[in-house]
Amino acid sequence: MGVVVFLIAFVAVSIPLSWAFRAALARLLPRDMAYAAGTMPLTAAFGLMVVGLYVFVALFAPLLAPFPERAVVGSQFQPWDSTHWLGTDRLGRDMLSRLIYGARNTVGIAFATTALAFLVGSLLGIWAALRGGWLDQGLSRFVDALMAIPSLIFSLLLLTIFGTSVLTLILVIAAVDATRVYRIARSVAQGVVVMDYVEAARLRGEGTWYLIRREILPNALAPLVAEFGLRFCFVFLTISSLSFLGLGIQPPTADWGSMVRDNATLITFGDVTPLLPAGAIALLTVAVNFIVDWQLYRASGLKERI
Amino acid sequence: MHLVLMMILQRLALGVLTLFVVSLVIFGATELLPGDLASTLLGQSATPETVAALRAQLGLDQPAPVRYWAWLTGVLQGDFGVSLATRRPIADMLATRLGNTVFLALYAAAIAVPLSLILGVLAALWRNSLFDRVANAGALSAISFPEFFLAYILIFLLAQSGYFPSMTRISPNMSLGDKLYVTFLPALTLTLVVTAHMMRMTRAAIINLMAQPYIEMARLKGLSPLRIVLRHALPNALAPIINVIAINLAYLITGVVVVEVVFVYPGLGQLMVDSVSKRDIAVVQAIALIFASAYVLLNLTADVLSTLTNPRLMRRK
Repeated sequence: MGVVVFLIAFVAVSIPLSWAFRAALARLLPRDMAYAAGTMPLTAAFGLMVVGLYVFVALFAPLLAPFPERAVVGSQFQPWDSTHWLGTDRLGRDMLSRLIYGARNTVGIAFATTALAFLVGSLLGIWAALRGGWLDQGLSRFVDALMAIPSLIFSLLLLTIFGTSVLTLILVIAAVDATRVYRIARSVAQGVVVMDYVEAARLRGEGTWYLIRREILPNALAPLVAEFGLRFCFVFLTISSLSFLGLGIQPPTADWGSMVRDNATLITFGDVTPLLPAGAIALLTVAVNFIVDWQLYRASGLKERI
Repeated sequence: MHLVLMMILQRLALGVLTLFVVSLVIFGATELLPGDLASTLLGQSATPETVAALRAQLGLDQPAPVRYWAWLTGVLQGDFGVSLATRRPIADMLATRLGNTVFLALYAAAIAVPLSLILGVLAALWRNSLFDRVANAGALSAISFPEFFLAYILIFLLAQSGYFPSMTRISPNMSLGDKLYVTFLPALTLTLVVTAHMMRMTRAAIINLMAQPYIEMARLKGLSPLRIVLRHALPNALAPIINVIAINLAYLITGVVVVEVVFVYPGLGQLMVDSVSKRDIAVVQAIALIFASAYVLLNLTADVLSTLTNPRLMRRK
């Protein structure tokens, strides 16, 4: 029953907030962006608001957190009170502070991983589409073979081989995810490579790097940006799941996935605290999905709902 | 009939080839190990003699193609080698766990597939109604939630008040009813994860078809909306729906790993996570091969089935 009340209250609060946020954006942004901001659906405004909040918290974590990230400041599993707003964890560290630092660690690592996957995947994909021939065939068949294995299973296999640390985590997930990015970048770029202006640039004698950077990338960017949001969600969920399994971000770094795992016993006693980091993960993914939905809708030019 | 048989044989051959490549990738990944498996296992303090002895015992002194061949022929005969951590035969460790995992996945699929088909058809039927909007928003949120979040919400709601056990202890001599009861929460978690996606895709597939001329004809004939959806739209939407079901059942494979850990369910996923933290590469390899094979086989089945429902696909290149 309490959950239903909470859900209704959450929706009731977020609707006027998103509305006000949209109105403020439409007022404050320069004219050309203000129109897009003013006409976006409430869900997208909500998404932007949440993402903005997360970025703010991640940037200013040391100023916002009442206690240090790793310090033991109380006894174990203290309930919520005025000094420790969300109580303490199983070692006596402040939950709220760790939740705030978690925004920096979890989201930061997921973002770095996605960016790396995109850099490698899209460059290779565009390169393959541009060169064609045996290089394209070889790379694509290799990627096909890697994609025949479910990504979480493949990541677990690679983590066994290279051991678990933040650096290997980023590299492994980025490598596995780059295969997915490669496919999309390649198929988008294939549509661009056959254009006359690419042919013209080629005949001018421009190099491969110039062709990728100046001719293809600007024309393939829109679908790749929407894909970035979706892939970020996948990477973020994968990293959280791995951390939850104890194989991702390692203690004592504050991280939402491992916070859930460490304090999960509290749930069976009816305490909701361990659900908060998991909820923080879910909220960000929902928010990014909302924004991506809006962007896809705008990019596809679909004004009529099917 | 001849054509159908050819098609199935062709897909099977392709599937076997894919499985071969997958086994190559899984085996080849171990070759990336910096240094040597034997010295990694024994640590820094091992003498060269003990490392050499372990290398000989594990067969590491032989070239990679020979080891791959020995591993592959062993696997095909049900011999996965021995665990590096416990020195027990891997096949024994897998036997009961594989059954448990398959049971859980089938249980979840048995609830999720009919449920998502019904919800998807209803959402398509009452398009843009309140039901459609709520179902869509719910589905989008469920897709965005990490599995362990859903699992703990269910534990919080249903296990903490004592309706269902939050830890799954199953023994071989349990009755089916008891087994279904204790595995209800993990199965429900998996159901929620995959239902959302399947429902959305079913809805989209049917709505896509609703713009077709023959649907308009059926509507002009004065058929009821339910009959139009069930008799005219659904059979033509089967191919995409079968594909979506296969993708999501394949998704169950990865979902099962996290859910098994949350509910302490004695399945393959839990064993895999344990083995990853112990860096027991032999066990991880074996389980990865099983999961990947299931994934490949599911996709293969979906491909064959959707071709059978739509004869036009038979002639594609």
